[in-house]
Amino acid sequence: MGHLIDIQHLKKHFGKLAVLNDVEFHLDKGEVVTIIGSSGSGKSTLLRCINLLEMPDAGAIYYEGKDVLQGEIDVNQHRTHIGMVFQNFNLFNNKNVIENCMIGQMKVLKRSKKEAEEKALFYLDKVGMKDFAYAGSMQLSGGQKQRVAIARALCMDPKVLLFDEPTSALDPEMVGDVLNVMKDLAKEGLTMIVVTHEMQFAKEVSTRVVFMEQGVIAEQGTSEEIFGNPKTESLQRFLSRYRNQQN
Amino acid sequence: MQFIETAWGIFTKYSILFFSGVKITLLLAITGTVFGLMIGLVVGAIRAISLEPRSSKFSRICKKVIDWVLTVYIEFFRGTPMMVQSFFMYYGLKSIGLNWTPIVAGIVIISINTGAYMAEIVRSGIQAVDKGQTEGARSVGMSHLQTMFYIIIPQAIRNSFPSIINEFIVNIKDSSVLNVIAVNDLYFQGSSVAGSVFKYTETFFVVAMIYLCLTYPTSKILGYIEKRMANTTGKVGA
Ligand SMILES: Nc1ncnc2c1ncn2[C@@H]1O[C@H](COP(=O)(O)OP(=O)(O)OP(=O)(O)O)[C@@H](O)[C@H]1O
Ligand SMILES: [Mg+2]
Repeated sequence: MGHLIDIQHLKKHFGKLAVLNDVEFHLDKGEVVTIIGSSGSGKSTLLRCINLLEMPDAGAIYYEGKDVLQGEIDVNQHRTHIGMVFQNFNLFNNKNVIENCMIGQMKVLKRSKKEAEEKALFYLDKVGMKDFAYAGSMQLSGGQKQRVAIARALCMDPKVLLFDEPTSALDPEMVGDVLNVMKDLAKEGLTMIVVTHEMQFAKEVSTRVVFMEQGVIAEQGTSEEIFGNPKTESLQRFLSRYRNQQN
Repeated sequence: MQFIETAWGIFTKYSILFFSGVKITLLLAITGTVFGLMIGLVVGAIRAISLEPRSSKFSRICKKVIDWVLTVYIEFFRGTPMMVQSFFMYYGLKSIGLNWTPIVAGIVIISINTGAYMAEIVRSGIQAVDKGQTEGARSVGMSHLQTMFYIIIPQAIRNSFPSIINEFIVNIKDSSVLNVIAVNDLYFQGSSVAGSVFKYTETFFVVAMIYLCLTYPTSKILGYIEKRMANTTGKVGA
């Protein structure tokens, strides 16, 4: 008990396809959990269930002890506690960089313009994008967009930040910038769940690694356990496929 | 040459009438487009709502009923001639005691008619906005309405800007059918001038030229804006 997020018997279907099959997962404050697994194993769906972008069919999600699925919480309020960074950035195309970081603060958290602006500049500085504060969001490169997206999420002061393959849509030379920002956040103790294919990154920053396979968590542990001593056959296969790709 | 001179003579002699007609035509076209856009935004936004999976059965039924009513509205006004709509609404509402002047009726009718077209324009504009925009907005906790209002609709309007201006051009021309309920627009004034000078061809040549003076610059400006927008989005796509 007392987990920040506690997920029990979570199930989700898309039509006939069972994407999440009885997932058990919990997260404590300060953890940096990376989720790995092959394509279609349900990683994104799990993440999207946590902030209710997808609605599970069965099971329970507790956030700070409250059942999120039973209407004990306000969905929009819930989402301010749980930030999300998407593979495709999803910056607001009709807003410039700083407006992207301010609108949620002003409209959802009802912060004053001045306060929102200060906070936005603070986090834009942190991700190295302060110089672009007044640039149009559509003029940025992928790596820049993703760093702004991270700043946008941080501006809401989330308790947890979810990342869904934040570097998968980036040109290789941009990946490092974004990963560095995430490493800094991890060092500062931000609670994070990161779905990623960047195994090196997972090794370095994770307090725990979760391996998903066919809609369940097949194995989890520290990065030493997962990468050094994988127990299940499916994880061994997954990792060896990875090593082959690298060579 | 004779023809042009006669036409010019008619134009200068009756210019006051023509200009009062132009004023009414522009009034109808502008108010019709603006109110029509407002109606279209509301209707289009309501039709574009997809309910949260968590929403109750009651709100689902409400949404179904509202959608049905809006569909009937859109299909009726897009599927029948505005001339028929004018007769029907003007005399119909008059007969049940609404004592309205032709010009007020004209503004109402052209707005409602335009609204039906705008609703479809807005809806396809909304559908053209990337789904990720909604997800980005919801992920920071914005409500459906906030997402629509601050993120989706501004982009939808931008997407459908050419079609919206095109509705304005259509309204400049099609407001002429409102003469059937005695709205004294440019066409109406033109017919009364033609009737008194008995020179139909020359008079309506003048009327046509005036309409062209209203529509041509508008479509030129539109073309210019479209080109600029294409340039900026082109850069973005790269
Ligand atoms: N909205 C949806 N409708 C129908 N099927 C979906 C939907 N979203 C996901 N799926 C399917 O569910 C399965 C799991 O999807 P999910 O995105 O969770 O996988 P993933 O582990 O994130 O994979 P990837 O590494 O490719 O991102 C996939 O087969 C996918 O096609
Ligand atoms: Mg995914």
